[in-house]
Amino acid sequence: MAGPAGITARRWFKPLVFFTALLPLAWLLADGLTNHLSANPIDDITDRTGIWALRFLLLSLLATPLRRWTGRPWPLRLRRMLGLFAFFYACLHLLTWLVLDQFFNWTEILSDIAKRPFITLGLLAFLALVPLAATSTRAAVKRLGPQWRQLHRLAYLVPVLVVIHFWWSVKADIREPLLYAMLVALLLAVRLLRYAPMGASRSSS
Amino acid sequence: MYQPPQVRPSEITPEGVWQQRRRIMQAGALTLAGGALSLALPWPARALTTLGRIRPSPLSTREETTPWKAVTHYNNYYEFGTDKEDPAEQAAGFQTDPWSLRVDGAVHHPRTWALEDLLRGQTLEERIYRLRCVEGWSMVIPWIGFPLADLLRQADPTGKAKYVAFETLYDPKRMPGQRWPILKWPYREGLRLDEAMHPLTILAVGLYGKVLPNQNGAPIRLVVPWKYGFKSIKAIVRIRLVEEQPPTTWSLAAPREYGFYANVNPEVDHPRWSQRRERRIGEFFKRKTLMFNGYAEQVAGLYRGMDLKKYF
Repeated sequence: MAGPAGITARRWFKPLVFFTALLPLAWLLADGLTNHLSANPIDDITDRTGIWALRFLLLSLLATPLRRWTGRPWPLRLRRMLGLFAFFYACLHLLTWLVLDQFFNWTEILSDIAKRPFITLGLLAFLALVPLAATSTRAAVKRLGPQWRQLHRLAYLVPVLVVIHFWWSVKADIREPLLYAMLVALLLAVRLLRYAPMGASRSSS
Repeated sequence: MYQPPQVRPSEITPEGVWQQRRRIMQAGALTLAGGALSLALPWPARALTTLGRIRPSPLSTREETTPWKAVTHYNNYYEFGTDKEDPAEQAAGFQTDPWSLRVDGAVHHPRTWALEDLLRGQTLEERIYRLRCVEGWSMVIPWIGFPLADLLRQADPTGKAKYVAFETLYDPKRMPGQRWPILKWPYREGLRLDEAMHPLTILAVGLYGKVLPNQNGAPIRLVVPWKYGFKSIKAIVRIRLVEEQPPTTWSLAAPREYGFYANVNPEVDHPRWSQRRERRIGEFFKRKTLMFNGYAEQVAGLYRGMDLKKYF
């Protein structure tokens, strides 16, 4: 990107992505306020915040391969924001469960975590996201040095956990979790291929 | 894809006016017929347009009923899509006329009923029942129907009949959900004969005083209020009396999660969710789930001495 037009585009790019990433929440609020959710709105809120958390995880995983394919730096500039949005929607998803669905009934909450594998996995995935979000600042990257990259390999584990969480939560129609499982597999496979003998190993991920 | 016609509220004829018009037209049609006109009348032969006289029932609950909109737009009916709001949309054009229901197996009088014959002379009752879904939500629905026992008695089960097996229509052209093997189609359900003969068990053909909407299982469905909703099979085409416990769709799909009995039981958790509480649609706080969905007084006797943790 060169010239004045390029500079303007760059200045607007991140805020634009930021507000776009808030649209799913805006939609949800609008649907809620205009009575466009289903007869069981808490279930809808749970589903929609959960699916957006997963989508943002996938988008953040897409950043590195996209940078390689396009040869341009902009995907990497967005990676942190996308990851943080995944965390944001995951927080909403978890809070919906704790507050709206269970209304702080800790007995039920703890028994669900202990007894229901899909909930256990979901919580594990969330807990794995916490240190990633907490160390997402520039300062933390500097402070942790090479350990930062090791820690952030969790970003490969989380979507796997989330997809299993999703899969185990559906009753019979596994088409949607299957689709996401394939996307996760694909995004992880591109990374493995880089380390295969035939693959080019140019830069770090 | 089929798009349901957009109807403005102003275009909808009030039911009273519609009834009146219908009576006038029927009277006209009768006059024409009386005039020995052998021409086919332009009046379509609808199996079910009105339900006639409906009797209230002492078996109804007095709880507040769930709004019509929720009852008809929050449905699990995988033949018409797996999202709760799919059936209202995808079943809109479903043709239920003509419809026949075969009753056979271990009976003295097997018969294929045309729906209109089945309903002729049948006094319909309103049964306001709680409905508890295995997913942890519930509703209160004013069904219109008649006891399944009435139909079974006409078929006259033989001594061999121990169970009743039900089957939904299988027609992927009309039921788009059946084009995917999400479940083993056609949908099948079953009851023990004494459960099927119980006065609470009904075949429903309407709700809220109206003909059953397609998304709720038109034209005829089962309602067993003390069992999880998935037992109450929709769009039934076959009822067979059998000697052995019949296979049922959800227990075929996941035997650890769904049993044959599927009685509402707060003590027996579903592996993926607790059954202790439920959310009544329209309410924020969950309420305690009642044993046999609050029908213990009437049905607990059916299961005396049975280990309900084993026979879940």
